[in-house]
Amino acid sequence: MSEAGVIHDIGYQRYDGPRLGRFAMQQALYVHGLRAAYGLGRSAKAKIFPWLVFGIMLLVAVIVAAIRSLTGESVLSYLEFAGQMSFLIIFFTAIVAPQLVSRDLRAGTLPLYFSRPLRAADYVSAKFAAMVSAIWLLLGVPQFIMFLGAAFTTKDGVKGVFNELGDLLPGWGYSLLWALMFAAIGLLVASFTGKQAFAAGGIVAVFLVTTPIVGVLSSLPSTTANQLAFLSSPMTLLAGVGQWMGGRFDLELGRFGPIYGIEAVCLIAVCLLILLARYRKVASL
Amino acid sequence: MTIIVTDGLTKTYGGGVTALADLTVAVDAGVIGLVGANGAGKSTFIKIMLGLLPPSSGSLRVFDLDPVTQTDRVRARVGYMPENDCLPPDVSAAEFVTHLARMSGLPKTAARERASEALRHVGLYEERYRQIGGYSTGMKQRVKLAQALVHDPDLLLLDEPTNGLDPAGRDAMLNLVHRIGNEFGISVVVCSHLLGEVERICDSLIAIEGGRLLRADRISSMTEASDILAVEVADGTDELAAALTERGLAVTREGRLLLVPLESDEAYDRILHAVTDLDLNLHRLDQRRHRVAELFTKKETADV
Repeated sequence: MSEAGVIHDIGYQRYDGPRLGRFAMQQALYVHGLRAAYGLGRSAKAKIFPWLVFGIMLLVAVIVAAIRSLTGESVLSYLEFAGQMSFLIIFFTAIVAPQLVSRDLRAGTLPLYFSRPLRAADYVSAKFAAMVSAIWLLLGVPQFIMFLGAAFTTKDGVKGVFNELGDLLPGWGYSLLWALMFAAIGLLVASFTGKQAFAAGGIVAVFLVTTPIVGVLSSLPSTTANQLAFLSSPMTLLAGVGQWMGGRFDLELGRFGPIYGIEAVCLIAVCLLILLARYRKVASL
Repeated sequence: MTIIVTDGLTKTYGGGVTALADLTVAVDAGVIGLVGANGAGKSTFIKIMLGLLPPSSGSLRVFDLDPVTQTDRVRARVGYMPENDCLPPDVSAAEFVTHLARMSGLPKTAARERASEALRHVGLYEERYRQIGGYSTGMKQRVKLAQALVHDPDLLLLDEPTNGLDPAGRDAMLNLVHRIGNEFGISVVVCSHLLGEVERICDSLIAIEGGRLLRADRISSMTEASDILAVEVADGTDELAAALTERGLAVTREGRLLLVPLESDEAYDRILHAVTDLDLNLHRLDQRRHRVAELFTKKETADV
């Protein structure tokens, strides 16, 4: 006698399906982080700022592409794009980095992660990868729009498209460099406080406070000081690296180009190492 | 089946603070109470079991695995519910538990299914789609329990699961823990500083104080030798006491009650005969177990 509509309590069921390894956990955490960066799967409030910034960047790209197609004049190159948008990128980093790390600190969620097979290194690398991807998409997608605008209106046919692509790829590479730098610094600053507002303020401060130093050093009478001035701020440091690697940024670096490259690599590495050390400590608590 | 074995387990933090000192214990599957005052070393013990802290000396094996070298395998079989608040306010319980299921290595669909299963087992149904920020303390504790349960562990480590709950919430949580231990077939270590609270749901108890083992045993063996009968009559308590002593029973008075040690079932008969002989109204005759707490008091005072 079976009665329809009766809910049977089937009791507790053991799970004997697959259990994936740490790499799969890292991937899941990466996707989760990338979605969180753009407020996906979060409240509408969490979507406002990332999408506002993304919208402005897209708008700029569309305008640049439109001017290009109407007048044939390139007002903003792929390489210049990141530098011109630096304030928006700082703003974006200041919003997203705390979303990714401070939130877990504040809610005390970390013990739940680290009582699972996941390690501090897995957590840090997944969050870093998510942050890098988020910033890179913020730059790369508008750059791609600019490319589309230029490619469809080019007068040189296929050759013109390939020329344009040749310009876009270094632009994407340069954007990746920005993404790495901003993600490393942003996450490190954000990992020191659970309060999202403090973290955001701290990130903006780190990027902005360094800018006047560049100005002061540049105005010193010594050429060496002038040529090294751009080392003191992340944004000009990145421009220096771009210049050294063959971009046109109108910076006077003299023979110090390699130093810019070395500092950029070291800065990113040091930020990540401190971040890892910090989470190693947190994970054992 | 023995699930946790320690041998001379010692943990000394930097700065010379000893959290655990020479702890040797073997624990059988079931519901295990880990009792001790705040700072007794309960949380340290749990962290060592999870492989979050390495022991300073001595050894520990969980399911015959070493948490230091076989961390992943231990953690895959263990679920942990921390004492502190650990839930983000701005996601739903369903989403959060699903995410943590994936962090335990479950594939996407399995994670979602197991998350709603786990939340259903702890008694969260439609509420699970609401944001955790709006939950009561009791519901939050349930979510914490669900996330520990979601990857189907063989052992749950619950750090003060009744913290912050009202009496009804405490009872509900303890019943849930009891069910998990007995119906789900999952062993549970329940940490508490309240002995009276855990003794009724536990199969065995580990009591630690100042990092040292006070006593570890099965509840049944702690209480079996100490059964007594409590007798209450309307009036004539004194006469009954005299009559019982006459019949060779060691009677002690406790207020309106007479306490008689239950040496054999014959004691019931003797008491009943004495009561009928004296023609008294018997109000109560019941078997009373020594509370486990009484077993500890002597030792604890000796330790101080």
